[in-house]
Amino acid sequence: MTADTPAADLLYGESEDDLRAAVRALLAARSDPATVLADLEAGRACDTGLWDALANGIGAAGLLIPEEFGGAGASAREAAVVLEETGRSVARVPYLTGAVVAVTALLGCGTGRPPVGALLTRLAAGTVAVLAVPLPTAPDQPFRTARPTVRATADGTLHGTVTTVADAVCAEVLLVPADGPDGPALYAVEVPAAGVATTSLTPLDLTRPLATLTLDGAAGTPLATGERAVAAVRGALTAGAGLLASEQLGIAEWCLTTAVAYTGTRTQFGRPVGSFQALKHRMATLWLDIASARAAARNAADALATGSPDAPVAVAVAQAYCAPVAVRAAEECLQLHGGTGMTWEHPVHLFLKRAKSDESAFGAPGRHRAALAELVDLPAP
Amino acid sequence: MTDAADLRERTARLLAAHPPATTAPLDFLRARFDAGLAWVHFPEGLGGLDAPRALQPVVDAELAAAGAPGNNPGRLAIGLGMAAPTLLRHGTEEQRRRHLRPLWTGEEVWCQLFSEPGAGSDLAALATRAVRDGDRWVIDGQKVWTSSAHLARWAILVARTDPSLPKHQGLTYFICDMTAPGVEVRPLRQITGEAEFNEVFLTGVSLPDSHRVGEVGQGWEVARTTLMNERVAIGGAATPREGGMIGIAAADWRARPDLRTHDLHQRLLTLWVEAEVTRLTGERLRQQLAKGAPGPEGSGMKLAFARLAQQISGWDLEFLAEDGLTYDDWALRRPESVDFTGREAGYRYLRAKGNSIEGGTSEVLLNIVAERVLGLPPEPRTDKDVAWKDLPR
Repeated sequence: MTADTPAADLLYGESEDDLRAAVRALLAARSDPATVLADLEAGRACDTGLWDALANGIGAAGLLIPEEFGGAGASAREAAVVLEETGRSVARVPYLTGAVVAVTALLGCGTGRPPVGALLTRLAAGTVAVLAVPLPTAPDQPFRTARPTVRATADGTLHGTVTTVADAVCAEVLLVPADGPDGPALYAVEVPAAGVATTSLTPLDLTRPLATLTLDGAAGTPLATGERAVAAVRGALTAGAGLLASEQLGIAEWCLTTAVAYTGTRTQFGRPVGSFQALKHRMATLWLDIASARAAARNAADALATGSPDAPVAVAVAQAYCAPVAVRAAEECLQLHGGTGMTWEHPVHLFLKRAKSDESAFGAPGRHRAALAELVDLPAP
Repeated sequence: MTDAADLRERTARLLAAHPPATTAPLDFLRARFDAGLAWVHFPEGLGGLDAPRALQPVVDAELAAAGAPGNNPGRLAIGLGMAAPTLLRHGTEEQRRRHLRPLWTGEEVWCQLFSEPGAGSDLAALATRAVRDGDRWVIDGQKVWTSSAHLARWAILVARTDPSLPKHQGLTYFICDMTAPGVEVRPLRQITGEAEFNEVFLTGVSLPDSHRVGEVGQGWEVARTTLMNERVAIGGAATPREGGMIGIAAADWRARPDLRTHDLHQRLLTLWVEAEVTRLTGERLRQQLAKGAPGPEGSGMKLAFARLAQQISGWDLEFLAEDGLTYDDWALRRPESVDFTGREAGYRYLRAKGNSIEGGTSEVLLNIVAERVLGLPPEPRTDKDVAWKDLPR
C-alpha cells in the first residue's frame, strides 16, 4: 500500500477543459461575487435558477449518474472540474452535497433496486437530494464513532434530529442514515412532508445553507440496510471529502489571483505594495502551495474515478493538504488587502467563510491525518 | 529522421563491433560517442544523431541490458549538465570538437568558476578580472563553492572584462585550463566535516583568446544558458511514495516504537502528507513535460524539496534521541559526488541546510516565482544601470 502505486493521470483532458469553460462562463455571468453578495442580502437561500442552468443546461447534475438513468456516465474527474469552478465563484449551488455526495450514496445502495433507480433518474434531471448527516462528518465515522441520531421503527417511520445538514433547505429528498430495526439503514424521505421540519441555521459560510432536521414520524423508503448501507454512506463521504479538495483549490486560486491583482496596483510609500519582498514572497509561497494542492486534488479525483484501491489514501492526503491551503489563501488575501479586506463590500470574506467552513466539512485535516496513520502504517504511540 | 528502431540497430552494431566483455571501458565509451549514441539529441559528429532527446532511454536500456560500461554521470555533473549544453549553444566548432568527447567519456572532468565571496545571489556583480594581453587574457580573482575543482581538467569561467560598464554588460565567458600556472585549488570544508567544494584562487592565469566562449561582453547571456540547465538538473527524477528522506523517517518510526510521542506523531503525519503532495506535484510536472507542455511548477520544486529535506531531517534527529546525539565521522572527506541521504541522521540534517542555498537561494527563487510567474512588480533596482566600478561595496 505504501509503494509501487501506479501513477494517476494528474492532468486535465480535453473534455474536462471544455466542461470547465462552460461552467466558468455560466458562473461568470450568473454568480460573480457581487451577485452572490446581493442575493444573500436579499435573503434568497437557494439560487434555483442558477442550479437549473448548471444541473440541466450544462448537465452537471448527472455527471456521476449512469446513462441508463438519464445521467452522463462521467466520473469524479469531471465533477472535480465543476467543483473547482463553483469554488472559484463561491457559487450557491448544492453541487457537492447533491450531485456528488447524495448521488454517490445512491450508487452505493445498488442501482438494481427500483427506488434507487427512480431516485437517480430524478436527480439526473435536477432534483436535489442531500445526505442527512452533520457537515463535519468524516468518511470513517457514521455507524462507528458517530451513531445515527435518527431511529427507524418497524413501521418505517423515522424519529430524531440531525444538526448542520448542508443544503437541506434546497432539497426535495433527504437520504437519512438511521438505526433501523435490523441495524444500520439508509432511508429516503420526501420533503416537504408531514413529520419533517427543516429549521434554517445562521451559517458562518453564507454561501452554503445549514439546517437542523427534525424527523417526528416521517415516512421513509428503505434504500439499503446493514453493511451495504454503511458502505454507501462511507463511500459518499469519501467522495465528498476527496472532491471537496477541488473546491478548495478553486477557492485558493481566486484568493491568490485577487491578491496579486490588488497588490500590483495598490500604491503606498510610492511603490505598488506587491513590489515589496515581504509581500511577494508570501504570494509566491501561496502559488507553490496551490500548485501542490492541484496535484493532490487531481490525484484524489483520479483515484475516485478509477475506483483505485489507493483512493482512501489519496482522499485523506488531498483533504489534509488542501483544506489548510484554502484557509491560508483566504486569510492571506484578506491581509494583503489591508482595511479593504475587512469590509463587507469586498467579497474576500465570502471566500474566507467558505474556506474556514470547508476545513471542517467531511472531517477536519487532523482527522484525515489520523486516518492516514492507519492506512500507511504510521501507528500512533 | 532517426527513430527508435534505427537507434536499436545502431546500438546493436556498436555492441557487435566493441563487445563490452572484451573492450576496455574507455575504448567502449569513445566508440559509443563516435557512433552518435552518447547523447542522441546532440549533432552528428559530436556524440549525437540530431535525434529527439526522448529517445535516449532506448539506447540506455539496450546498453544496460548488454552490460556496457557507463560514464559515471554523478562524477561528471558539471560537465554533462552545464558545460556541454553551453558549449553546444555558444562554443566555436573547434571548442566543441576538442572538448565534448573527453567531457562525455569522463577523461576530462569539468568544474564551474562562477560564484565568488562577494557575488552569491548577485552573481552578475562578480569581480574576477580578465585583462586582454595581445591574443591572450590574464585572469585574477577568487572563486568559491566550486565542486570537483580538485578533480577538474577544465572549468567554465565568467570574468569581468570591462568594469566601466553596468554589471551585466562587462562580463565575458571563458574555458579555463585548471592545470595552468596560477590556478590554486583549496578544499572548502563544510559544516558536515567533509569538503565537497573548493575555493579556487586565480593569480595571473593566462588563457588564449581561443578559450573565449561567445563575444566579449556577452558573458551574462552565455552564463544564463548554463544556469537554466542547472535548475533543470536539480529538479529531480520520479520517486515512488516514501522515496527519499520521508522514507527514512517513516522506517525509523516503524522500527522504534519506544521513541514515539504524540507530538512527533502529529508532525510526522504532516510531513508525510507534504512529502506525498510534493511527490505528486513532481509527477504532475513530468506528465506535463511528457505532453510537451511544461508548466511553471518547475520553479517551485526545488523550494519544496529544500524545505521538506530540512524539516524531515530535523524531525528525524529529534526522534532518534540518543542516536541523534552522535555523528558518524567528522573527518575531512573529499566525496566525488553528493548523496543527501547516504549517511546518518546528523549528516542528513546538516547537509540539508545547503539545499535552500545551493543553485539559487530559496529567497531568490521566491522572487523569480513572484515576478516571472505571478507578474508582480519588481523591486526597484538601484544598481542595474550603474558602472560596475562605481557600485557600493
